[in-house]
Amino acid sequence: MTGPLLAARPDQDLNSGAVLPELRKPPITKLQLVKYAGASGDYNLIHTDDETARAVGLEGVIAHGMLSMAFLGEYLCWLAGPESVRRLSVRFVEMVRPGDTLTCRARVKERTTNDAGRRLHLEVWAENQRAERVTVGEAEVAIT
Amino acid sequence: MGHPAGLSSDLIGRESETVLFEVERGAIQKFADAVQDQTPACVRGDLAPPTFPTTFRMTIPGLTFDLARVLHGSQEYRYERPLRAGDRVHCRVRVADVYQRKGRLGEMTFLILVMDGSDDSGNRIFSGTTTAILR
Repeated sequence: MTGPLLAARPDQDLNSGAVLPELRKPPITKLQLVKYAGASGDYNLIHTDDETARAVGLEGVIAHGMLSMAFLGEYLCWLAGPESVRRLSVRFVEMVRPGDTLTCRARVKERTTNDAGRRLHLEVWAENQRAERVTVGEAEVAIT
Repeated sequence: MGHPAGLSSDLIGRESETVLFEVERGAIQKFADAVQDQTPACVRGDLAPPTFPTTFRMTIPGLTFDLARVLHGSQEYRYERPLRAGDRVHCRVRVADVYQRKGRLGEMTFLILVMDGSDDSGNRIFSGTTTAILR
């Protein structure tokens, strides 16, 4: 990859409704949750300790919602370049467990121009291997 | 009190101290590695991944709850620019709202936290809004 994916796209490919290329992430592992806990400072044990997770009624550990948001953050960087991410807003709607494989997807909502330049407004989501949307939201990236 | 989480609307408006965080290259790399972010600038540790502000943890006086009973409902970040290695970020978080609502799991408390980070000159770098659900 030589530059942001969207930079190479003609405008007509970024019209409202356009579906953007997906980013498929490797399966989530328990080790990843331990690493994420350490790197982020989120030491909530429901993400790393099965016993704690069961004590609050879960079957076992669940992934940090913020991990799926981080995937979407990377996705925006991949699409638009890391300097161009202006907003990411998500809701965590389904639980994610070790072994789940998430894929990030986006659809263009609209393209706008203001004093700050051109912006692309996206509907973004992460879905699991059963095509269930686990984290959903919207994003705004600057485009040239 | 009487709320499941023991949080009252008295907390609204309460805020943390302003805390200075220095963005370390190693911390960026560790974060990028944990989330398997392959953005070259993040792998090198030059730029922080967009959700890196989650590492800036602060406490609000009087706000305590059982971590295992908290669900992260939603999260928003707005960015003026990416965070870079070497950035000095002055952060603050405040309670924007607390309310109770009946949901699938019974009575739940919603806690809305708003945070922002600025550079040494006071220019905003990012802001964030967190909805935490306490059951």
